[in-house]
Amino acid sequence: MTPTQTEVPQRRGMPQDSDGTPVISVRRLWKVFGPKADRVPESEELCGLTRRELMDRTGCTAAVRDVNFDVRKGEVFVVMGLSGSGKSTLVRCLTRLIEPTAGELVFEGEDIRDADGRRLRDLRRRKFSMVFQHFGLLPHRRVVDNVAFGLEIRGMSKAERTKQALEVVELVGLAGYENSYPDQLSGGMQQRVGLARALAGDPDVLFFDEPFSALDPLIRRDMQNEVIRLHHEVGKTMVFITHDLSEALKLGDRILIMRDGKMVQCGTGDELVGAPADDYVREFVKDVPRGDVLTLRWIMRPAEPDDALDGPELGPDVVVKEATRAVLAADKPVKVVENGELLGIVGDEEILAVVAGQEGGA
Amino acid sequence: MAVALEKSAPLTGVRKISRRAVVAAILVAWLVLFAIFRGKQTLTLAAADLTDVHRWFNDVNDSIGANRNSNPLFLYFFNEIRLVIDNLVTFIQDLISQPSAGRPVPQIGWLGVVGIAGYVSWAVGNWRVALLAVAGFTFLGLQGLWQESMDTLALTVSAVFVALLFAIPLGVWAGLSDRVNRILTPFLDFMQTMPTFVYLAPLTLFFLIGGASATIATVIYAAPPAIRITAHAIRSVPETTVEAADSLGATRRQALLKVLLPMSKRTVVMGVNQSIMAALAMVTIAALIDAPGLGKTVVQALQSLDVGTAFNAGLAIVVMAIVLDRVTTAASAREEAARRSGSRFLTWRRPLLAAGGVVTAVLVYLSHTYVWAAEFPGEGGIGSSIASTADTATTWAQDNLSGITNAFRDGITTGLLNPFQSLLTDSPWWLVGVVLIALGAVLGGWRAGATAAVCVGLLVGTGVWSDAMTTLASTVVATVLVMVLGVVFGVWMGRSLLVDRMLRPTLDAAQVMPPFVYLVPFLALFGATRFTAIVAAIVYAAPVAIKIIADGVRAVPETTVEAATSTGCNTWQIITKVQLPMSRSALTLATNQGLIYVLSMVVVGGLVGAGALGYDVVAGFSQGQLYGKGLAAGLAIVLLGVMFDRITQAAARRVSA
Repeated sequence: MTPTQTEVPQRRGMPQDSDGTPVISVRRLWKVFGPKADRVPESEELCGLTRRELMDRTGCTAAVRDVNFDVRKGEVFVVMGLSGSGKSTLVRCLTRLIEPTAGELVFEGEDIRDADGRRLRDLRRRKFSMVFQHFGLLPHRRVVDNVAFGLEIRGMSKAERTKQALEVVELVGLAGYENSYPDQLSGGMQQRVGLARALAGDPDVLFFDEPFSALDPLIRRDMQNEVIRLHHEVGKTMVFITHDLSEALKLGDRILIMRDGKMVQCGTGDELVGAPADDYVREFVKDVPRGDVLTLRWIMRPAEPDDALDGPELGPDVVVKEATRAVLAADKPVKVVENGELLGIVGDEEILAVVAGQEGGA
Repeated sequence: MAVALEKSAPLTGVRKISRRAVVAAILVAWLVLFAIFRGKQTLTLAAADLTDVHRWFNDVNDSIGANRNSNPLFLYFFNEIRLVIDNLVTFIQDLISQPSAGRPVPQIGWLGVVGIAGYVSWAVGNWRVALLAVAGFTFLGLQGLWQESMDTLALTVSAVFVALLFAIPLGVWAGLSDRVNRILTPFLDFMQTMPTFVYLAPLTLFFLIGGASATIATVIYAAPPAIRITAHAIRSVPETTVEAADSLGATRRQALLKVLLPMSKRTVVMGVNQSIMAALAMVTIAALIDAPGLGKTVVQALQSLDVGTAFNAGLAIVVMAIVLDRVTTAASAREEAARRSGSRFLTWRRPLLAAGGVVTAVLVYLSHTYVWAAEFPGEGGIGSSIASTADTATTWAQDNLSGITNAFRDGITTGLLNPFQSLLTDSPWWLVGVVLIALGAVLGGWRAGATAAVCVGLLVGTGVWSDAMTTLASTVVATVLVMVLGVVFGVWMGRSLLVDRMLRPTLDAAQVMPPFVYLVPFLALFGATRFTAIVAAIVYAAPVAIKIIADGVRAVPETTVEAATSTGCNTWQIITKVQLPMSRSALTLATNQGLIYVLSMVVVGGLVGAGALGYDVVAGFSQGQLYGKGLAAGLAIVLLGVMFDRITQAAARRVSA
């Protein structure tokens, strides 16, 4: 079960300036709970054990095991896994709310595992912020004071922080509620407060720990759209934890799938659906409507000599669903062209195999 | 322990059936051996007889008395503490209760105190409790018990002040640190398990008889609930909230001041309430070691069987308890109410508070300056009419109800209490000891058995074995009756929300009242007998047991009851086959609490003819040559408490495992 990092260059909706230097770079990260946890990542033998064996042998639980990934500037990076997969521990390790056992955690060129208490607080005050599943609001403070809390901690003056907080309250669509108390708001609105609090400090990176799991489906959809909107407006780097694949596919530029503390696959949504790394991921993405996720690149076939090559042209990153009508309407196969180069062709056959296959759950 | 549990787990099916049989076998064996050995080696000791241990205690007491002013430990430690506490108490007494600084009256007279009480109640609570406070305090004056009430208040206030001074920081610390919590918990457990009044005796050894000892005893008694509740409040702040503050870069100090403390304020105020109520209860009991105040009036009246006066003073204690309870409860609820009521009211609040402050200051000045505002006017006419009414009612009850009450009393006494008591006291000590150890081991495991063995050994050592057995008999009988009441009312309350709503306030009120007060009406009804003490103990302990059982029954999942109903169970079957078995751990906990509460009434019962250990303790306070015996008796009560607490707790753990 080696993690697969499929490299497919140039994809739709790629963050504008992926100049190569990641914002967060995680290498060989381990988090082990239990007595003498340090010895586990150091010992090759213990590393090789499954969770259960490790528990029996040492009484330790490995929540995060040898995880490596980079988060690029401006992207939404989703970590997905079922409960117990270690994803919440992972995100807490990234801000050292939970102390990692081993590995490197480089943030903007600085290994934050070396940061002392003061430096870490400074980073948390200015560079990171986090949105929690159960909101973590202060019930004795009004909305605006909750939003301003992070600024207050920094030591900003009351007038200034209130002004800044009110702007953010406006941004997340809570204008008019700034003087309410959290328990007077619905769950969705409380999470907007949580979001506003995270945004108020103007951080570089936002961490979301299953922020919408506690919400109703309809409100969850609203909030997802809200995150997409905010991402467009403020363009922050976001690390988003979820157990919901459709949420991951909807929000994530790239998705990391975790299981039992290990990373199983990391890639874009269409890579996960088009080329699952193993049966676990395949089982996971089985019910995803493939036409919504796969692009033409995944279904095109090489042009054969007897193919007519005067059909319409489409790019390789067009989603199947959006191409369906065009392909079916054309009486000749559609050419998939990138930078003037013919990559392959897509005919009715290919489209129908995906679209019709959806019903069968293929 | 965990290992032992795991090992026994697969066997429980077999063990459960056999355990009942083993208990039955032990009891049968006891009866048989009792018949053979009856009256031998019973370790009886006449009331005035002493053992070597008691004489040794007396000697220790004498030598401490002799060296009080020369031994460095006393000179620089105990005496200093006593001095500080004494000064604090005297200071507050000078303010509100005792004549001071050459004046015939205290610095602040009744008008000032009533004004302050009303103002403070309004400021921390609301205007309704302020009215209650004013009315309550005025009533105390009308009862003719102003000075006694103020003495009680002064002791309560100073004890609570000192207790909170330690309790809140300790509680916060225990809330923040798991290690501190682990260290404190057993101490708090022990302080709360210990029958309430027992540590009065050892304290007098170090701090002499009087207000200082009373205050220190009260501090010891009043601090644990405040520590516990504060720690609990800090701990129950949701983890996400603390994590959120961390993730925003809050320092520990910021997290404490801006998140943890504000979020636990309300619960901490409830802790203060608990602490005040505990203090009031203890201050009245501390009359046994010559603490001034209402308790003393009650004790003296009880000793001369003057029901009317005792009732009047008891009523004053109740009034004060109600006022203090309501005000602090309102204070804990205020926070939210004020926040919700909108800003308009808040802007008026400051000037109103200032105005109220001025009025209060004027009242205090008046009461400092003029005699009419300093000494409560009138002769306490209401008090004497209350007393005579109570006397009349008592006489009437004794004349007209004595048939019923005596029949009831004699029925329980001869039917239940006497046989059981003679079984305990007339059995050889080693037989009872073996039975106790065996029961402990069978019900609570080998550890409980070992604890029982140690306690039995020490009980024999105290030299008051026979008295301990008499007390044990009353305690067990009272506990059985408590459990009967607990199961009947608990199940009733647990099954019906309506009944719960009707009964719960009464039970809450009963728990608020200082235990002393219960004695008075029962003394009137049943006279000074063992039975009176038992009934008072039952009334004191039953509310706790009822509430625990009601909560246990209520906690049985709705769906389980529904499933039982759908299989066709009738009500009786649901209760006996579903609800009671599923609330077994609540039943065990109720037994535990019931026993501890009953035991803590033993000393109080000693005042009204319960005899045995309670009497020994009370007599020890008043007669120098019995001091050692009283101390030993107090120790015996503690040993009984520890033994039964360990056994029932171990049994409870077993049930829930």
